[in-house]
Amino acid sequence: MGAIAFPKPNTDIMLHRSKIIEGLGALLPADSIITSEDERRPYETDAFTAYRNMPLAVVLPRTTQEVSQILRYCHTHSVPVVPRGAGTSLAGGAIPQEDAIVIGISKMSQILEIDYDNRFARVQAGVTNLAVTGAVSHEGFFYAPDPSSQMACTIGGNVGMNSGGAHCLKYGVTTNNLLGVKMVLLDGTIIDVNGAAYDAPGFDFLGLICGSEGQIGIVTEITVRILPSSEGARPVLFGFETSEAAGEAVAAIIASGIIPVAMEFMDKQAIEICEAFAHAGYPLDVEALLIIEVEGSSLEMDSTLAKIIKIAKAHGVKTVRESKTALETAAIWKGRKSAFGATGRIADYICMDGTIPTGQLPFVLKRIDEIVKSYGLRVANVFHAGDGNLHPLILYNVNDPVEARKAEEAGNDILRLCVEVGGCLTGEHGVGIEKRDLMNVQFNSQDLEQQMRVRGVFDPQWLMNPAKVFPLEGRVTA
Amino acid sequence: MAHLETSENAPSSEAELSALIIKSHAEKIPLKIEGGSTRDGLGRPFQAERSLSMRNLSGITLYEPSEMIIGAKAGTPLRDIEAALNEKGQMFAFEPMDHRALLGSKGEPTIGAIAATNASGPRRIVAGAARDSLVGVRFVNGRGDIIKNGGRVMKNVTGLDLVKLQAGAFGTLGVLSEVIFKVLPKPETTATLSYKNLGDIQAVQMMAKAQGSPYEVTAAAHLTAGLGRDISRSFIRIEGFEDSVAYRLGELRRILSKFGEPNELRGDDGARLWTGIRDVEFLLEPRDTMVWRICVKPTDAPILIKELQAQLSFTHYFDWGGGLIWLSCDNQSLDAAKLIRLAAVKFQGHARLERAPLELRASLDVFQPLSAPLMKLTAGIKKSFDPASILNSGRMYAGI
Ligand SMILES: Cc1cc2nc3c(=O)[nH]c(=O)nc-3n(C[C@H](O)[C@H](O)[C@H](O)COP(=O)(O)OP(=O)(O)OC[C@H]3O[C@@H](n4cnc5c(N)ncnc54)[C@H](O)[C@@H]3O)c2cc1C
Repeated sequence: MGAIAFPKPNTDIMLHRSKIIEGLGALLPADSIITSEDERRPYETDAFTAYRNMPLAVVLPRTTQEVSQILRYCHTHSVPVVPRGAGTSLAGGAIPQEDAIVIGISKMSQILEIDYDNRFARVQAGVTNLAVTGAVSHEGFFYAPDPSSQMACTIGGNVGMNSGGAHCLKYGVTTNNLLGVKMVLLDGTIIDVNGAAYDAPGFDFLGLICGSEGQIGIVTEITVRILPSSEGARPVLFGFETSEAAGEAVAAIIASGIIPVAMEFMDKQAIEICEAFAHAGYPLDVEALLIIEVEGSSLEMDSTLAKIIKIAKAHGVKTVRESKTALETAAIWKGRKSAFGATGRIADYICMDGTIPTGQLPFVLKRIDEIVKSYGLRVANVFHAGDGNLHPLILYNVNDPVEARKAEEAGNDILRLCVEVGGCLTGEHGVGIEKRDLMNVQFNSQDLEQQMRVRGVFDPQWLMNPAKVFPLEGRVTA
Repeated sequence: MAHLETSENAPSSEAELSALIIKSHAEKIPLKIEGGSTRDGLGRPFQAERSLSMRNLSGITLYEPSEMIIGAKAGTPLRDIEAALNEKGQMFAFEPMDHRALLGSKGEPTIGAIAATNASGPRRIVAGAARDSLVGVRFVNGRGDIIKNGGRVMKNVTGLDLVKLQAGAFGTLGVLSEVIFKVLPKPETTATLSYKNLGDIQAVQMMAKAQGSPYEVTAAAHLTAGLGRDISRSFIRIEGFEDSVAYRLGELRRILSKFGEPNELRGDDGARLWTGIRDVEFLLEPRDTMVWRICVKPTDAPILIKELQAQLSFTHYFDWGGGLIWLSCDNQSLDAAKLIRLAAVKFQGHARLERAPLELRASLDVFQPLSAPLMKLTAGIKKSFDPASILNSGRMYAGI
């Protein structure tokens, strides 16, 4: 590919590489700094693998103090830094640049405090998403935002991107489940933003930090809400002959006053790919599949499902299949959550992440199909139907530069379409580098300048993850 | 134009609003932004040369019930919006608090002010505050630029989240011109369990147990003895479809049996109770007290109260399972106020002076003071939106 540019590396910094490494080495134990080319290679890219850059060095601090010292050093010497969690960003948010130090938080992986009475957990930023739930599930609790990458991605990365998941229709995304953070500013200052109490005082720094993509500080500790697990959960598969019918059923369910925990949509292409991978019993003879999950006691689930099934029938549902066992439930979710991985087995893909008003669903699906076809490519659609967050997966061959370029362009067309119908460029994956150059489609220059001025309060020199989010042209500092 | 006088201070379009602010910015004229003026008594007293009325920026701009999204110009009366929502069986999940009773104000709360004050109510424990439902804003910053952030879809992480910054900024970072919220279906049924005679500690234990259960408690409050009745009452609310509510009521009674035999409230009785708890109606009288809103982690609430009782006399109750303490103290001295603030800080919480005479609000921080580095960032953020410091400056913090 290569349509997305990085800022020119600062040659001055490149020339002083060994001195910078020496300076950082003085602050950290030897096993916390990675300098050899082989060992730096895993940090060249994230899950947006079409782009890669070898960073100057990688540091893996273990404490907030170490993060503070590293940042202070980089600030003093004007060295760019790129914060990194598990590197699962699909938007290139964690991709470094050649003159930057990657600050990886993976060694900060301790759970610091669990409080069931007050329903929160305080964890280091490098703890994986699933590990939070893992630490509290024996007491009947869970951490709600559940990105499909939850086995690998870190809570720090989730805060960086304000990540969502299949169950956020009911429980909200990361920002709605956050109580407090400890964050290190570029000059090394450590700030505590709220703790375990509700409604942080002053301006909503938590809200600003969440989704700031590593541009305003490095988060080292995070206090999240934990919630009691429901008595039971049951996904049901609904197969429809058209995606219009599926879309209308979704709207009707919401209009009836039911908010299922999850309503996931897959088109035929996605159904086939996921079924071949997970053997979840997805119906193969339908054009569109909804996975709708309800929660509660079995009595409650029966009654809610009866209502949903009635609505689905009124919209011409072709197949209805309830999960009868925990094993089936697991298979159904495995299929959905490994949609990206399963797609990766049959082709290379880029994963889009726009959101649209759900009323536009049928029109947008039709247009996506036309757009992708016009580039001679294929697309599989999986998405969160309740909130209109689309994930078209555009299939292509990574080794064919022409096709790769086409995939990127088709993706851009789809995102423009999302904005055109009243939606946005990214629902949960973030802007990173991937959508950076499309920001002008959604925002005008005044919108962007105000965001950049806020950014400038934290990083007037553009040292923190500087290649990301804002188009390289027209940047303002304060 | 015929009504130049009024339209100058009450713009009827974003363009007029922008023009007015460009002028005020150039001439450094501080403005006081007025919605329904029902919360004027909340915040630091501050000097503004001119008022800016939002009354002509009114009207619902977008309502898609099946997408659970509503948008309106900032000066739209909340009443109008709730009527529209009601018609489709929907609601704001965060139950915005109405300050009129507490502050003794008149007028109609506007939707812009709900966003600007981040007001919420009992359901905050599950649905979040206003900021969690606010998905999009349009505003005019202190330079007069018309800016949008967020949008009309629920999931949106495009760029920095200025929506959140505007929520709860009390108009100090921009004049909101339009706000978009996500909404939820109204529950079919609501039921409340009422437990008698629990002390503060027991009540918080009871509420923690209920909230930690899978039975989806949507509100938990504790009224101390003397508030409405001569005994204490602790409440658990559940909502949903009738059959599910009936089931969960039974389960909650079972797991909470050691806290006694509860009464059950339904219909209007329950609704009135929760509105009263939301709007602090239990502490309205006497009116010559200072009223504090204190947030700590729930299990610290009874300890804080006990420690403070050794030093001061006051009346209090808990919402949010103990996470929100409402406290009314007839000693309105600066010393008493400082004790309360100190207690909140000691328990890593925060306290806001919600109702107090002007002099008291002028002599101590109404909003919880922030740490030095956070205060520095706060000043930087203010400057990035409002370089000439003309928008509600001083309402939250001196100079901000
Ligand atoms: C197969 C697959 C499925 C996915 N499914 C979902 C999904 O369902 N929902 C969803 O929302 N996302 C999903 N993602 C995207 C990705 O997993 C999320 O964006 C995740 O939050 C990234 O976490 P990470 O730890 O890998 O962070 P990274 O990718 O390392 O970093 C993400 C961003 O956060 C910044 N950052 C990281 N740590 C910190 C920190 N401590 N302080 C400040 N900034 C920091 C980085 O600079 C970068 O900008 C998926 C990805 C893959 C590969």
